[in-house]
Amino acid sequence: MTELISEKLPTTRQTPFDPPAEVTAIREQARVSRLKFSDGHLGWLVTGHHQVREILGSPKFSNRPENHHLLDVRFQGDLPEEKDKRKVEPGMFLSQDPPDHTRLRKMLQGQFTVRRMNQLSEWIGQIVDDQLAHLRTFDGRADLVKEFAMPVPSLVICALLGVGYEEKSRFQDDTAKLLSLDSTFKEAMEAFQRIQEFMRELVARKKENPGDDMISDLIATGEPTDEEASNMAMLLLIAGHETTANMLGLGTFTLLQHPDQLKILKDEPGVVDNAVEELMRYLSIIHFGPVRTALEDVEIEGHLIRAGDTVVMHVPTANRDPEKFPGNPEELDLRRPASGHVAFGHGIHQCLGQQLARIEMRIGFAKLFQEFPDLRLDVEPEEVPLRTDMGIYGVHSLPVAWSS
Amino acid sequence: MKISVDQTKCCGSGMCVLTDPDLFDQSEDDGTVVLLQENPDAEHEAGAKEAAGLCPAGAITIS
Repeated sequence: MTELISEKLPTTRQTPFDPPAEVTAIREQARVSRLKFSDGHLGWLVTGHHQVREILGSPKFSNRPENHHLLDVRFQGDLPEEKDKRKVEPGMFLSQDPPDHTRLRKMLQGQFTVRRMNQLSEWIGQIVDDQLAHLRTFDGRADLVKEFAMPVPSLVICALLGVGYEEKSRFQDDTAKLLSLDSTFKEAMEAFQRIQEFMRELVARKKENPGDDMISDLIATGEPTDEEASNMAMLLLIAGHETTANMLGLGTFTLLQHPDQLKILKDEPGVVDNAVEELMRYLSIIHFGPVRTALEDVEIEGHLIRAGDTVVMHVPTANRDPEKFPGNPEELDLRRPASGHVAFGHGIHQCLGQQLARIEMRIGFAKLFQEFPDLRLDVEPEEVPLRTDMGIYGVHSLPVAWSS
Repeated sequence: MKISVDQTKCCGSGMCVLTDPDLFDQSEDDGTVVLLQENPDAEHEAGAKEAAGLCPAGAITIS
């Protein structure tokens, strides 16, 4: 079989909301194709929905970084040395395989159940209301990212973890450095170490003075070591504020650019749950991955993926695969059955905080457009700065206006 | 229709509870699946199938 080979992962977007057209063209030719890595490795690019699910759901693939060949979307000219790449921090369960991953994730799963997250609805609603009142203090125009999309999930995750929101200077800028594709490996590592130090201090503080929060509860189980607890807390902190913030920011931009869809959301409040799923499918903010490496030979879609081969899953194109989402998957349609998208991933690493994220987004979008029904973009759409330079896609800022 | 769940595979995503809370719950302790109805009535059969299909860890099977 002649195989399609890409020299590099295409990353140039033609529009703010669509995946790079080149990747869509690859999917149309082959849902499983070859991809060259910067170290010369000939790995794989997977763009089909079914195939992404199959690989992410398979125990034959590893997520330990020491197994991966590095994708060349970041650390240009400053590649990590082999010894640094191999280091998996204790407690960082996202970068581990079973049984280590299972043991660590289980310590937290009980804290993120659907029931527990539903119980937070009223409290999250209050945080959203307060933030919208804050937004209104700006005289008819503001940056929605800075004043709403970023603070809401930050306030939520800080309170859940027991981190003082006033301490955000200890992690917010460093999180951005850690996730920026423009950071060198050295800069990213230094940012990582500073957040890690903050979390170590926090765990020490919680051991001394436990509070009513997830970190104190985690420590109280007696299960994790201090180092594991601080790294687990760090993972939750980073994952908890960057992802939801970008969905709220980019999602609002998307709705403002699709007035017919926004009208549906305003006219039919019951559509919001599905609207969140459809926005996640349509926008797929995890735009360069996830990545896995085969632990043994596996056949996928007639292709033999050999042990040691690294595979890049392309979530934005998989989420527009017409085999899974028939009709017009390239269009935003808030009434489309969107469940089954892979925006939260699939398999044992599927987003731990997804039920929290759903509630934040449902309440956030619903209340934003109830309170500011005439919200509009305050710049030309092409002037909105896109996060093409970040591991998590979105908008850096979103200038909006309203009639006071 | 019979639903079976495997707690050892479950990763606590909550997708089953989100899909049909009449059929599934999660343990307060470690978030793993708790089966509420082993033999769903007709109106819950579609929910059972959907939950099995959505489960990220393949922990739900229908027979």
